[in-house]
This record gives sequence, C-alpha cells and structure tokens, in this order.
Amino acid sequence: MSKIPSDLLYTEEHEYVKRTDDDAIVQIGITDFAQGELGDVVYVDLPKVGASLGRMDAFGTIEAVKAVSELYCPLAGTVTEVNAALEKDPALVNRDPYGAGWMIKLRVKNPADFDTLLGSEEYKQHIGE
Amino acid sequence: MPTARASLFPADRFVTRHIGPSPDETQAMLATLGYDALDRFIDDVVPPDIRLGRPLALPPGRSEREVLQALRGLAAQNQLFRSYIGMGYYHSFTPQVIQRNIVENPGWYTAYTPYQPEIAQGRLEALLNFQTVVADLTALPIANASLLDEATAAAEAMHLTEAVARPPAGAAPLFMIAEGCHPQTIAVVRTRAEARGVQTVVADPASFEFRPGVIGALVQYPTTDGRIEDYQEVCRKAHAVGALVTAATDLLALTLLKPPGEWGADIAVGNSQRFGVPMGYGGPHAAFFATREEHKRHVPGRIIGVSRDAAGRPALRMALQTREQHIRREKATSNICTAQVLLAVMASMYAVYHGPEGLRRIAQRVHTLTVLLASALTRLGYRVVHSHFFDTLCIEVESWTLPRLVDAARARRMNLRTISPTRIGISLDEGTTLGDLADLVAAFSLNEVLPFMVEDLGAKADTAIPEALRRASRYLTHPVFHRYRSETEMLRYIKRLEARDLSLTTSMIPLGSCTMKLNATTEMVPLSWREFNRLHPFAPREQATGYRTLFRQLEDMLAEITGFPRVSLQPNAGSQGEFTGLLVIRAYHRSRGDGHRTTCLIPTSAHGTNPASAVMAGLRVVPVHTDAGGNIDLEDLRAKATQHQDTLAALMVTYPSTAGVFEASIRQICEIVHAHGGQVYMDGANMNAQVGLCRPADVGADVCHLNLHKTFCIPHGGGGPGMGPICVAAHLAPFLPDHPVVPLRQEQPCGTVAAAPWGSAWILPISWAYIALMGREGLVEATKVAILNANYLARRLAPHYGVLYTGPHGLVAHECIIDTRPFKQSAGIEVEDIAKRIIDYGFHPPTVSFPVPGTLMVEPTESESKEELDRFCDALIAIREEIREIEQGTQARGNNLLTNAPHTLADVIADAWDRPYSRERAAFPAPWTRAHKVWPAVGRVDGASGDRNLVCVCPPMAAYALAAD
Repeated sequence: MSKIPSDLLYTEEHEYVKRTDDDAIVQIGITDFAQGELGDVVYVDLPKVGASLGRMDAFGTIEAVKAVSELYCPLAGTVTEVNAALEKDPALVNRDPYGAGWMIKLRVKNPADFDTLLGSEEYKQHIGE
Repeated sequence: MPTARASLFPADRFVTRHIGPSPDETQAMLATLGYDALDRFIDDVVPPDIRLGRPLALPPGRSEREVLQALRGLAAQNQLFRSYIGMGYYHSFTPQVIQRNIVENPGWYTAYTPYQPEIAQGRLEALLNFQTVVADLTALPIANASLLDEATAAAEAMHLTEAVARPPAGAAPLFMIAEGCHPQTIAVVRTRAEARGVQTVVADPASFEFRPGVIGALVQYPTTDGRIEDYQEVCRKAHAVGALVTAATDLLALTLLKPPGEWGADIAVGNSQRFGVPMGYGGPHAAFFATREEHKRHVPGRIIGVSRDAAGRPALRMALQTREQHIRREKATSNICTAQVLLAVMASMYAVYHGPEGLRRIAQRVHTLTVLLASALTRLGYRVVHSHFFDTLCIEVESWTLPRLVDAARARRMNLRTISPTRIGISLDEGTTLGDLADLVAAFSLNEVLPFMVEDLGAKADTAIPEALRRASRYLTHPVFHRYRSETEMLRYIKRLEARDLSLTTSMIPLGSCTMKLNATTEMVPLSWREFNRLHPFAPREQATGYRTLFRQLEDMLAEITGFPRVSLQPNAGSQGEFTGLLVIRAYHRSRGDGHRTTCLIPTSAHGTNPASAVMAGLRVVPVHTDAGGNIDLEDLRAKATQHQDTLAALMVTYPSTAGVFEASIRQICEIVHAHGGQVYMDGANMNAQVGLCRPADVGADVCHLNLHKTFCIPHGGGGPGMGPICVAAHLAPFLPDHPVVPLRQEQPCGTVAAAPWGSAWILPISWAYIALMGREGLVEATKVAILNANYLARRLAPHYGVLYTGPHGLVAHECIIDTRPFKQSAGIEVEDIAKRIIDYGFHPPTVSFPVPGTLMVEPTESESKEELDRFCDALIAIREEIREIEQGTQARGNNLLTNAPHTLADVIADAWDRPYSRERAAFPAPWTRAHKVWPAVGRVDGASGDRNLVCVCPPMAAYALAAD
C-alpha cells in the first residue's frame, strides 16, 4: 500500500498538489505510488523558474532505470521555484516524494483548476488500492 | 536402404548440421504435442489461406564443400588493387592475434547484445576501452559504444543538434554541411534532414553566415580532399547563434592533430575502420560518436557505463537506456537499436595492442610518406592543392591529363580517386610502402624517366600539419593501453575477456525475436578471404564482379523468399531498414501527389523502434490497440484507418505478431489499410517463422525488411553488426535508395541511407552461404522445426507457468511468452529475479519484459536440439519450484535463491556465508552445472547508481584493484 495523504489533491497521471503557506502557491510532485511503479529514479528534468504552464502541460520528464515518464502540470500557472536538490540526488523522489522529493512550486493562475483534481479517496480508487 | 545412385550424393548434408533435433527427436516432440507428422502440425499453426503452397523456387541444398567452392569462384572474380581512394576507408592491418581470436572466434562473434551485464563483462570492458579511445582522441568526454557508419553517425549528430538547439520561434531550422565533407556523408545527412523537415545547405564553413535559425554545422577534419582546416572561428560564430558544431573526423589523424574537443566542436563522429578492421567493400565498421557532458541524455545508441554490483564491486553495464527507442518510442531522438560491437571490439583491441606510441608511429609514418609523395609530385611539376594535410593529397591536373593518370595508375593495379574533372585524390594508409610510393610516382611521371629517387626525398620530409593544429595533449594514458604489448599478454587479455561472456559456444541464447540460431563455420570462413575483405567500397565496378554477382544472386534469393520483386541491400540494420522502407512509402505517395499522407498506424504492441523510425521518416504515429489475444484489434484498426483515411500513409505490422502468433486476420488487416489509401510495412523481425511457409508479399504487405543477422545467420557479434535489407513490391521499386559515389540507377530514389552502396557487404556472403547450403527444402524444414521447438518448449512449461497468447489450436509460432507476473504477489519475485537465476543454471536469460512487461519471451530457433531444450525447460521448472518454496514460506521473501541471483564464484566460496540456503544450491542448482557453466563475473548489477553518476571511460586502476580484493 502506498501513502496517499488525505490533505493533498491528485491527478490521474499521478502528480500531487500540496498547498503552501502562500495561498496562491502550490507544491507539485509525484505520488508515492508513482515512484514505486517507476523504481529507482535517476534523473528529473525540470522547467526553468518563470516558465508559464497550461493545465496538464508536460513540465518535465522523470527517468528511472527502465522507464521514463512525462510530468504533467495539474494546474495552469507560473513556476516560482524548482527543487534544485533533485539534480544532485534524484533518489529523493523515491525516499520522500511528498517532502524533500518535491519538484516545482507554482503560482496558480486559475483557482477553478482545483476542481478538476482528485481527492485522496478518488485517487486511491483510481490506482485500485 | 540407400539406392546406388543416392549413395553417390555428397555423404554429408549441411541441413542436419544446422537443424538441432534429429529425426527421432522431432518425432518425440511431435508426439508430445499430439501429432504424428510435422506437416500436419504446421497446418494447424499457419493459417491455410496464407500458405505458399509450393516449394520455394531455389536450388536444392549443397554440401559445405560445394558452397565453399562456389564462393571461392566468386571471390576469384574480385580484383585486389591497391586503394588510394580514401574517403573514410583505408587499408589497415588486423593484428593476427585479433583476427584469429576475435574475428574468427565464435566465443566473440556469437554473443548477443550485452543486456545481461553479469555474463557480458568481457565485451563490456572492450567497449569501455573503445569509448575511452574515442573520448581521448576526440577530447570529448561522453562517447558511445559505436554506431553503424560515419555517414549515419553524422546524421545522428544532426538529430542531436535538432533536439537540443532552440532556434528562434518561426525560423525554419537550418543545418549547414561543409562542402569538404565526404559525398556519402552529405547525401545521408540530407536524406535524414529532409525527412525531418530540417533544411540543409552545403557551404564553405569559413564564409558561411551563421544567422539565427542555424541550428548546427557539420565539418570534416581533415576534409574529404585532405585539407587540414582550422575551425576555431567557425565554432565561435556558430556558438554565438546557439548552433552546435559537429566534426566528422579520423581517429588516426587525431593522434597527431589537435582534437575537436580542444578547438570548440560539440560533437565528433567518424569511422574507426582504420583501427585494424578490413574495408570489406563498405562494412561493417564501428562508427564513433562523442560529445560534451551536457548532451549525454541525447546521445544516440548504446553507452557503456561503470556501476557496481550487489556486493559493491565495480561492474559495467549499458547505461542510460531510457534514452533509447525501445523505451521512448516516438519521443526518441534516434531509432538506432544496435551498435557495431564486434567491430568496436576489434578497433579497441587494435588500440590496446599498439598503445598510444604505436598508433602515433603508424600515423607519423603515413604522414611522412604523404609528405614525401607531395614533394615528389611537386618535383614532377604537379600542383599539390593543399599545403596542410595528414594522409591525403589533392592534385590539380589538366582535364585531359586526368584520365591518363588514372589509367596509368590502374595499369599498375592502383586505384586513385577522381575528385573532379581536374582533381585527383591520393590517400595513403598503414599499408603503404616506399615501393608503393615509387609506383605512384612512376604513374604520375607518365612513363618519363624520373629525375630523382623517391628515397632521396626523405631528408627533406618535414610535416604538413600547421603548428597551431598539432596535438599537444596526451591520450590513452590508461594502463590498459600499455600492459598488453607482447602477443602472449595480448592473447591472454582477449581470452580473459572472452571467458567472462556467455555466447552460443556454451549454451542456447533463447532471446525472443532475436533468432539466435547457428552461425555455421562454413558461412563465416569466406570473411577471412582477402578477396572479400580488402575491397574499397568505391573501387571501380569491374574489380568487384564477384561481389556484384553475389549481391544479384542474394537479391534474387531474398526476392523469392519474400515474394517481392526488388531488394535494396543498402540498409545496415533492421532499424535502418524500417526507416528506408517508410521513406520509400513516402516517396511513392509524393510521386502520386499524396504528400499529405503522413499518418503511420502502429500497434501498441510493436517494438519501440517502429514508432521511432516513423518519426524519423517524418510520419505522425497513431497507435492501434491490440486485443486480449495479442492481435491487432480489427475494430480499432478500421476506426483509425477511417478516421485518418485522408492522411493515411502506412501501417507497420510485425508477422507473426510481436506476441508470437500467426494472426489469422493478417490479410484482412492489409486489405483495410489498402482500402484507405495506405501501404503496409512488414517488420521482418519474425521472418524465421515464415521462410518457405508463407511470404510477406502474398500476405498483402508492400514492403518488408529482413534482419539478415536473425533469419539469415549473420552472427550477432555481441551486439552488432546487423543487416536490414528491404524488399519491395513493383510499385515501390523506383524509390529504392541510391548512392552518390556508386550510382545504383534507381529511377526516383528516396535518398541515401548508408555510407556504403551495399551496406555491410563483407558479411553478405554469410547469408548467401546459408541459403545455398540449406536450399529450398532445408530452409522450409528449418522454419518448421523452429516452430516445433517453440511449441514443444511451451507445452513442457505449460504445467508450471502461464503461456500467454496462442493461436487457434493452442499453438504458438516460433516463440512463446512465459507469464511470470503472478510471482510478484505470491513470492515477491520479479521477472528480473528469474532472469538472473537462469544465469546460475548456465543459460542466457530470454528477452525480459518485451512485448509484455513482467514476462519472458523465448525463441529457441531450429538449431537447438531437444536435449538442449529439455535442459532449459528443466532449469525453468526447477526455478518454479524454488519460487514455490518462497510461496510456501520455506524460503524467505527478499533473501532467497532468486533475489540474490546470480551467484558469483567469489560469493559462494567466501569464508562467510549467511544466506538461508546452501552454497551448493546457489551455484550448482542442476547436474550439468557441475560439468560446465559460465560463471557470472559479477553479481547483480545496480542500474541506478551507474545511471545517476555516468562514467563512460575506463575508471582509474584503483577501482579494479578493489575488485580483486
């Protein structure tokens, strides 16, 4: 069973959205389930700060030893920060996907986008756990 | 009882040497499957409506002696002139210790691509040496394990450039090709660029204006006509607009010249052929590719990297595989699957054998001879066009003198290059002697008496390498390039590496879709004949009559086998065949005003190379679903074909299917595509199940490629070479590829896809010999037994494992998929654990996770005997019992015979042993392993650590010392 914190929102593509102290800014990464499926992450390609993304635009790629996957941005917005620590230690995504393994912070453009996301129960059903 | 007449036929038949099972074994296997006759069994496997229904129109099989005699006859029609043509191909001496122990040694040439690093450390080390040679000599840190040829390596550089360059929005990307590049390189790069919508221009780099929108430049160093040019300013201008510079270069020259990485090039490519590999009338040779650190995730082909095994020992493996087409599919930068491993191993061993001083001596000698020749020709009154050169002179002559000079040289059995109506090229090489120089000078004196002795010019010889471009940096400083100078040491080094690898010399390699069949010695012997291996690919036509006859006959054989009237032998690999076939289809559509037909339907089960090839050919991929039986979903195909009928270009289909089944609906599939204006491309990966039973053309395809290294016995070479000729229907024939140097007279060619006109000509006698030896009956017999072997194996394993996908009578084609997915839940066992445990039993694992993730695909081929199949089944059944022990709790989850596999000798003889099973079970799980097995050189290799920290050149010796502890 993978961890699916109840206070986060999710996409069907296995990204999560975590609210931050700043109401307009969210933290985005991939779920515990996703990192488990991918296996040992070896590289994460992230956008530049300031990049403007539409909802479900690909914002990067994540590479494991045997698989590679696109990363999709759950909400439209502008990238305010990227997790530079992943460059040196991509395995953070495996060890702590919801914490130190986060990927980008995003200034949300359209709060209505939140309605398109899945709650933890819905995500749990989606992955069949 | 034999009749008197029959007893006069040759006493030995090759067919029974090639086909593994004896008649008794065949009968026993049929009985297991519930049949009494092979033909009745085949009738139940292959749909009746696609059967050929007659014998192939080929001669009967011949004995080995007869075939060798016939090949001797063909070889005798090739004439060996001394070649001064150059253009990327040079005579080079293969050290005999390498010739006998690598090129002529099945321990090296029958190995497979090193997907299983634990039993491939030998060739992985040789490839790491190759990468080190390339990285050192080019001064670019990231080198790959080789590409198909120099021209396609240059095209791959263009693709990398395209992937990383960011031209301003709206600007059409433009790629500059220097006019000093080899003509075959220019032709291939243009073909590939055009398909991708990249514009090209051929220009003088010095005066070319690098404006925004220019994404890259390709220069040749030294140029095709020999000039050494300084490209530093070109690099500066290119980088100012964000363009990358690729240098096509020459490893031998780089021992004396300032390397591209030191003057600003971003990528270096070239041919390593002159490092001890014969010209072979065009190939195969190992091309190289090197670049800067920041582009490592876009490097085409394979990269060998240093990682660690489960015990922390250094271990090599193929790194960064997620870059490759089998993972990225249509998003891949390149469709290339294979490398030229055998040739890269040869080139790396040449460097190990000679070391940096030896290589420099060879280069210096070639250069000095060239300087001497320049001075002699100048004294004869000729104008040597370039004052800075390495091994190639460009001589300006009057247009009426040129043919006289070329003829005078030819009369002395020498080939010169005609660069233009007034320019002659002369390239010297390792083989050139002072006597040759005297002959050249004599030819140029046009029979006048020489006013000097060639030898006397020696005193004046200096260098023609400009001071600013002389090499100052060191190279090949690693001890591996210094330790093996004596033949004794060299021999042992080669043998030590060979002994670490599993090849067909120890056991079957049951890789699905790879057809690891016998590579018979008789088929290989002609490769060692100088009449086949010494020809320059651009030698005059009349000197290669034997080769030309062989090509024509081979084309006819392949045409009969596939049912298509025309064949192109140019594509150098299956992936290249796919690309070429799709280009031909595009050219056909365009010729009919259907240039908008660019949609390519590809089943989701297809190998990743299919979508990658389609994208390279400028097509848009639309996936078609497969149903629960592994077949193409006809409803979805119909829907997609209808939806895209205005733009439908092609369907790519593998037959028998990727799932290893003769799809009964194949005719319907082809009809649907044709009805909507598309063409059918058949991937020939599984042709070994078709030969003599059915034919791609009859089934309804328009074009197919053949993997000669699968179906037609060219050995896999440990990961290359391959050959991927394409066969086409009459309406596609006008569009077959042509060649700029050796015109093939195609009507409306789709372009040029390989550096040499007939791809890797040197290895074509292998396939010719195979077909001649087997003959019409032998070929179809082989197909039947290949299918029988797969079904026997599936039947024996069925009580123990699920077998996915079968056809109508519960039968598979020539391979089967074994379902190992349930064990993840039941025992915590992944498919990988089973694959690694198979190594402990002395076998090479089957294909892992293709076409279905979490499964094994097994293709036994016709060459394996029942005894070997039984041994393999016994191993898999025993492993199933080991899994059961975990399921029943008598073995621990996560710490058991499988998860700890493979077990090295060091593991099992260590003083400490704390595993919950005996050493004996770990190392000798089956009786035969006591008699003989290949031990894994290292334990399970950790993929992640090597990918996170890529090291692709030889690590310092300290790392090896650690390994010995």
